[in-house]
Amino acid sequence: MEHAAENISQNGSDAPDVIIRVRNLVKKFGPRAVADGYSFDIERGKTTVIMGGSGCGKSTLLKMLVGFLPVTSGDIYYDDLNITQLNDDEMDTIRRRFGILFQYGALFNSMTVGDNVALPLREHTKLDEKIIQMMVKMKLELVGLRSFEDLMPSQISGGMKKRVGLARAIALDPEIVYYDEPSAGLDPITSAVVDELIMKITSTLKVTSIVVTHHMDSAFRIADHMIMLDRGKIISEGTPQQIRNDPNPMVQQFINGEPDGAVPLNQTADSYISDLLGVK
Amino acid sequence: MSTAHQSIWVRLGKPAAYTGKLTILFLQVLRWIFIEPFRSRKGIRRIATVDHMVETGIRTMPTLFLIMFLVGLILAMQTANQLKQFGTTEFVPGLVGVAIVKEFGPLLTAIIVAARVGAAITAELGTMVVSEEIMALETMALRPVQFLVVPRFIAMLICVPALTIMADVVGMAGGFFLGITNLNILPIEYINNSLNYTDFSDVIEGFAKSLAFGGVVSIISCHEGLSVEGGAEGVGAATTKSVVSSILFIILTDLMFTIVFY
Repeated sequence: MEHAAENISQNGSDAPDVIIRVRNLVKKFGPRAVADGYSFDIERGKTTVIMGGSGCGKSTLLKMLVGFLPVTSGDIYYDDLNITQLNDDEMDTIRRRFGILFQYGALFNSMTVGDNVALPLREHTKLDEKIIQMMVKMKLELVGLRSFEDLMPSQISGGMKKRVGLARAIALDPEIVYYDEPSAGLDPITSAVVDELIMKITSTLKVTSIVVTHHMDSAFRIADHMIMLDRGKIISEGTPQQIRNDPNPMVQQFINGEPDGAVPLNQTADSYISDLLGVK
Repeated sequence: MSTAHQSIWVRLGKPAAYTGKLTILFLQVLRWIFIEPFRSRKGIRRIATVDHMVETGIRTMPTLFLIMFLVGLILAMQTANQLKQFGTTEFVPGLVGVAIVKEFGPLLTAIIVAARVGAAITAELGTMVVSEEIMALETMALRPVQFLVVPRFIAMLICVPALTIMADVVGMAGGFFLGITNLNILPIEYINNSLNYTDFSDVIEGFAKSLAFGGVVSIISCHEGLSVEGGAEGVGAATTKSVVSSILFIILTDLMFTIVFY
């Protein structure tokens, strides 16, 4: 409790109540380390944004956090449970604690919008069909798509698919919701709508949100805490304000979207002329 | 010398590893059919199974029946041509009947199902992998094998033998058509002749084969679909591989059955 009080005075916010702890997480594909020793905490009830350029290992990190991809080494704790040690059946209890909004919604194309949202309820609860229907309506209302229940995923737009995906992710009232690139492929208005939804769901359902994105506008709009990755390392971590003021040129280049700088525009190593002429 | 040796082992290793993967998927399917429904609440998805039976069974019928009728007709013409030289065209019904029930019926049915349904299964599951639907299933604590593979496996195991029996009848009808129009065999004579030469054991052999073929096609097409990597290109490559491997494994299974029943 003393520790908690200390943190209140430091951050001016609630005590850090950590829900997910990541320690020395390493993932290698062959000799290449996509994650090279990540260690960070995710606070309960807050929105944590994980940022980084394309190919920096954001998606890989997300896949490891949800137990879809085995880790090379390191630990991921949900409260005090290390999920890297769990088998598939044991992992199921953790899986029920989170929902995921996938980059393109990942709706099941053979089912209607309503059945997509109902699926986790039908498979994991013993609720009566009437109650399930009611819950589906409630979840769809939350994302503003109640009248679209009977349409097939192919009949709705990309932004709508994401919102249905979100309704499905929160169907079982999870404690944690993961968002994989929530604004990818959306126009600025729809993207803002999705950001609003993320904030609304985080506050009304009291969930912990973990957002993976490279959209700076939306990242700064929704984040309580930010983690910035580059080539398998955490290069900056803190509140949006701290990130903005980070003197690290790589962080500044990323925030301001400059094409050349600490991260060079030209990624090739050898001399252009000698490559063209075929001499080494 | 040693490199030649190595390359043989490497070449043998690949199909062995592939067969191993198929066996693992097959065992998982058996687990979700015979063990898990009694151990956990996760049973067999009946509605999905019926949907797949419609797709595998009923929708395959038109193509299959047309092909089988024509094959029966061709088979009768070819054998009649040969037998005419000996003046023994009355053996045509028997030859056509045995060839169709023991070999052509099961084999062609399986190949057509592999090309039509197997390819579609691989493409569908592959697309689900690419669009993260499989990941969505797993992270919702649902198992792709239980959810997607088992209904398709059961549908094929029921439909392929059923289709084969119907294909046999249609194929024999092709021979029958030639017999009564061209070979001056009386309809009743043709039917009697066919039945005389076709033993019940031949029907059993064809049935057993078709059951195995159904299993082979469904396991291969599901395995290929679930192991897609990359985007649309990966789905295309997997679909091709699915059909080619299915046909190869069908022929190998056929060979094994033929050796056993020889």
